[in-house]
Amino acid sequence: MTTITDTTPATEITETTDAAGRDPHITTTGRRSVVVRPGILPPAGPKVWVDACHVDRLVPGRGVAVLLPGARQAALFLQPTGMIYALDNLDPFSGAAVLSRGLTGDHGGEPTVASPLLKQLFSLRTGRCLDDDAVAVATYSVRVVDGVVRVGLTA
Amino acid sequence: MTSTTPLDADRTESTATSETTGTTGTARRTVVVVGHGMVGHRFVEALRSRDREGTWRVVVLSEEADAAYDRVGLSSYVGGWDRSALALAGSSYPGDDHVELRLGTRAEVVDRVARTVTTTDGSTVGYDALVVATGSYPFVPPVPGHDSPGCFVYRTLDDLDGIRGAADAARARAAAEGREANGLVVGGGLLGLEAANALRLLGLTPHVVEFAPRLMPLQVDAGGGAVLERLMGGLGVQVHTGAGTASIARQADERLAVELTDGTSLLTDLVVFSAGVRPADAVGRAAGLECGERGGIVTDAACRTSDEAVFAIGEVAAVEGRCYGLVAPGYTMAEVVADRLLGGGATFPGADLSTKLKLLGVDVASFGDAMATTPGALEIVHTDAVRGTYAKVVVSDDARTLLGGILVGDASAYTTLKAYVGREVPGDPGALVSPAGAELGTDGLPDDAVVCSCNNVTKGSICSAIADGAGDLAALKGCTNAGTTCGGCLPTVKKLLVDSGVELSTALCEHFVQSRAQLFEIVRATGIRTFSGLLARYGTGAGCEVCKPTVASILASTGSDHVLDGEQAALQDSNDHFLANIQRNGTYSVVPRMPGGEVTADQLIVIGEVARDFDLYVKVTGGQRIDLFGARVEQLPAIWQRLVDVGMESGQAYGKSLRTVKSCVGSTWCRFGVQDSVGMAVDLEHRYRGLRSPHKIKFGVSGCARECAEARGKDVGVIATDKGWNLYVCGNGGQTPKHAVLLASDLDDETLVRYIDRFLAFYVRTADRLQRTAPWLESLEGGLEHLRAVVCDDALGIADDLEAVMARHVEGYRDEWKAVLDDPVKLQRFVSFVNAPDEPNPTVAFDDAGPRKVPVLLGLPIVGRR
Repeated sequence: MTTITDTTPATEITETTDAAGRDPHITTTGRRSVVVRPGILPPAGPKVWVDACHVDRLVPGRGVAVLLPGARQAALFLQPTGMIYALDNLDPFSGAAVLSRGLTGDHGGEPTVASPLLKQLFSLRTGRCLDDDAVAVATYSVRVVDGVVRVGLTA
Repeated sequence: MTSTTPLDADRTESTATSETTGTTGTARRTVVVVGHGMVGHRFVEALRSRDREGTWRVVVLSEEADAAYDRVGLSSYVGGWDRSALALAGSSYPGDDHVELRLGTRAEVVDRVARTVTTTDGSTVGYDALVVATGSYPFVPPVPGHDSPGCFVYRTLDDLDGIRGAADAARARAAAEGREANGLVVGGGLLGLEAANALRLLGLTPHVVEFAPRLMPLQVDAGGGAVLERLMGGLGVQVHTGAGTASIARQADERLAVELTDGTSLLTDLVVFSAGVRPADAVGRAAGLECGERGGIVTDAACRTSDEAVFAIGEVAAVEGRCYGLVAPGYTMAEVVADRLLGGGATFPGADLSTKLKLLGVDVASFGDAMATTPGALEIVHTDAVRGTYAKVVVSDDARTLLGGILVGDASAYTTLKAYVGREVPGDPGALVSPAGAELGTDGLPDDAVVCSCNNVTKGSICSAIADGAGDLAALKGCTNAGTTCGGCLPTVKKLLVDSGVELSTALCEHFVQSRAQLFEIVRATGIRTFSGLLARYGTGAGCEVCKPTVASILASTGSDHVLDGEQAALQDSNDHFLANIQRNGTYSVVPRMPGGEVTADQLIVIGEVARDFDLYVKVTGGQRIDLFGARVEQLPAIWQRLVDVGMESGQAYGKSLRTVKSCVGSTWCRFGVQDSVGMAVDLEHRYRGLRSPHKIKFGVSGCARECAEARGKDVGVIATDKGWNLYVCGNGGQTPKHAVLLASDLDDETLVRYIDRFLAFYVRTADRLQRTAPWLESLEGGLEHLRAVVCDDALGIADDLEAVMARHVEGYRDEWKAVLDDPVKLQRFVSFVNAPDEPNPTVAFDDAGPRKVPVLLGLPIVGRR
């Protein structure tokens, strides 16, 4: 597991553009553009960045599981739109680490993943459960550096 | 009082329960029901559902050995010969200790003074109230020879078994003599025509003799009769109207020589009497109850006989002197008596004698004042000899009120027209019978118009049920009972649903407005092979967990790509995505394929070794396979490799696809087996394995009629006969069990497989998402007859197409698990973590301390409440 500590504040996750007018979070790999834009900001502050995999390894519409420090794990999803999202991999309804294996889609425009066990829906943007307002899973920051997808944890 | 069983030693508890009193404080009383037909059963149901305090104990005496069955549907017994298919729901009162059903027990003597009934087995039951529901017996005209062997009546399941035996013998005899076997039905009423059809189904040429100048003289007039007779002739029924039977004489060759009153002589193999029924009132007559001049136990409007403790209901009752030969009025009488026993004041309101039926596929309906007996009534008739239809409406002398009518050949307007009887017709009444004429909508129907006459459900009750949230046909049937008996009103009920603004949406989900079947046709017609392409042209949004697997299944059914090829990988439901069954802790189970439940010793040893080496929990499934639990996702390829190495493959115990083909032992080992059911099961599983479908599919193959494979609980059930295979379809176990129905009999191997090919391909093409075969058949326009026409007679001309689909499937099948092992890209997915492929998931743990290995759930605290 490769981790990189980085102290950039979390404000990097906005739709700002740099001086050259490019969105710093759009990375063009050989095949596709990837936009990293979680909807709900994870806690601000310095992050530990974990290398997950090369962006080409991701299948649009499906997820992979990423092992994080401290026995945590993330479910990382690339959507056909080019967006990448990361949620906690634990399905809070079952206690099983399975959200990365769920089917993604959208409900009323909200990007979602359905737990493969009992099919509860979670927003990929916010981590909120669409079937139960009181339940939510954590979201993680995502970034793509030189084609490698990184998941950020608040240090 | 003599008694032979402790149950009726006196009128106290026959069970161990202590509920001797209701809240009213009255001791529990006993009602004895004589006769367990449809009406007797309805009475028990009505009483038990109203008698919440359990004040009545019910003892039912049934002459027949079967509990109440659907006698109205008696003819449907022909072909399937399955008594259970006609059983009425709940007619054995399971779990109800207030009801005691004594089958095969006939009531002999009623002692009205002692209030007891003595039965054929010599026991005596005391009663506080007696309900006579003995129905009718068939009238057999006393012509010479009417009791010869080979003469039958058409009333009970046993009668039909007798007719079947005689018909089989007759066919064999006729074949030996090189002639056609035939049968004669005496009586051309409704039941006579049903009997004629039964003979036709049994392979006999039917003749029908009717004393009146036309068929169905009670329901149709001369014009309708003429059309009906032509239609029947076209179906191979020889009709002789205006003639009675003069004599029957059995000949040396076992055939019957029948002389008719018009001088015609017929030679026939068997005779079925269906010349009307008479009330079975003997038990009441012997007890001194007042009976009608033409039979029937006379009752008042409360269905009470001349003895206030005795009631009569159904066809045996002459309510205010009048007998009713239909089930609906009998049901009403049953409800009246149930109400009266609980202190109510219900009275019998009279009955509507309208009928609609389908005879040999021909619609016949008559309603209201069909014979125009109302003074001044006007008749408007439209006959179409070419189409074979006859329609007549009877209106009042001012041509404004509909009084009744007759429909032959096409009775689709029946329910609506009948609901207008006694009401003003909107517009020109003549338009009602002209084919280009007005169609009466349901809008104009007042709320108190009865839509379902079997269960007396008004338009108002249906509409208020819809308003209360009954959003589909099944829900409406459940809460109103409409359409649950004959089903004739279902088109109207459906129309009411649609009219009420309930959108009977067939949309798959928010991304596709089309139904699964429509998308299937779109894919077939356009050749689109990607989800994104289909979504771009025919859908909206990004898709979801509903439409993605559905489209994946359609693509799998229309092509031979691997389910994990290219874009399709992203569409598969989680289990299909990992080719295994996910279990509650996120581990998987692997179920090696064992066609027909067959396994070699070496394979069994390998399965055991795999279980041992990967520390898996082992359990034998209900589908004759072995389930290995607790495999982590990264272990799956290694497990499959071990199976592949010894020539096995994993199997689909997941997904919407063929699961297993269950078999019995078959003729190879079993002393009773007549065919090799194991061999057939293995062949069928190999043929259809991997087939993707709207829902899971299960098969069963039994080697003889003992049916040890329980094939009739399966979507496809194959049962051996001494002549080949009987093919049953659309049986389901699980949540809504349903027995499979007979599609075709005595098939050779090749025809059997061809029919199954067509059946499966037709189901895959037309069923809705997650619609199993039983509900699919129920929703199929035209039902079993239509399915049979498509599969066996190629009525739609698509049989070649359907077979080609299956041929492509068989041709394209590959071991899906081995294909993953051979493809590094697909293998990449089977890792625990993308950044630590071999690191086992730290959340997975097992507890081996108890009697069996169990997954330990972390039960992590979740964000927010649960």
